[in-house]
Amino acid sequence: MTLAIFYVLAAVTLASSVGMVTTGNVVHAALLLLAALGGVAGLFVLLFADFLALVQVLIYGGAIVIVILFALMLTRRGEFELTSEHRRWPFAAMASAGLFTVLTIAFVSDSSQFNSVDRSGVDIETLATVLFEKWALPFEIASLVLLVALVGAIVIARSGGPEERS
Amino acid sequence: MTLLHFEVLGAALFCLGLYGVLARRSAVLVLMAVELMLNAVNVNLVAFAAYRGADHVTGLVIAIFVITIAAAEVALAMAIILRLFRTHGSVNLDEIDVLRG
Repeated sequence: MTLAIFYVLAAVTLASSVGMVTTGNVVHAALLLLAALGGVAGLFVLLFADFLALVQVLIYGGAIVIVILFALMLTRRGEFELTSEHRRWPFAAMASAGLFTVLTIAFVSDSSQFNSVDRSGVDIETLATVLFEKWALPFEIASLVLLVALVGAIVIARSGGPEERS
Repeated sequence: MTLLHFEVLGAALFCLGLYGVLARRSAVLVLMAVELMLNAVNVNLVAFAAYRGADHVTGLVIAIFVITIAAAEVALAMAIILRLFRTHGSVNLDEIDVLRG
């Protein structure tokens, strides 16, 4: 049963991703990205990572896709034009197919150690304890990174920067 | 359903994101492909955490940090894209060569 759910979620995720990187319409691409992120959230539930699935839906679905849609709408000229593929797309397809082959061979030949183990979840209390005790310093650094990114984004996007004023 | 399923799925997602980064011309679409690659990494991290057993939560913690950094990255990239559009009138990555030496 879980295997069937896994295959459905994986098919949704992969189909949305293929559509996202190949469609010509940028708004369709953003909505397909949302579908792919939702599929990944379902996979997180399947791996007993409920909190991560919630965070995925909140931050990716709620914030990042909205920001990307805003970027699309603020940078369009006229109607949403169709984006043409880059002229070196065969090179890109070959590079990604080659990387996928290498990764798959590596995983198939090496992953025997944990393949017999069944998956298990961690309750959120344990996760919070580890995050705020063992990983307290990286947590604080991450908050600093978010603050710097916020201030930097405001400074960059503000109209009338120093070089425009002079 | 074994760890291998999730590993191969993560690899496929990462390679699709790589194709998007290499083949797209619009900066916003490249940004979306980068998000897809970060998600592929998260799938693998969470899968390893789940299959290592209940006392290994490092994968989950690192996945949380990846999501945090992805949020910061999107905010900054959005600001840079808006600025580029204002100064160049385009977000086509082939036309933006102000850093060319």
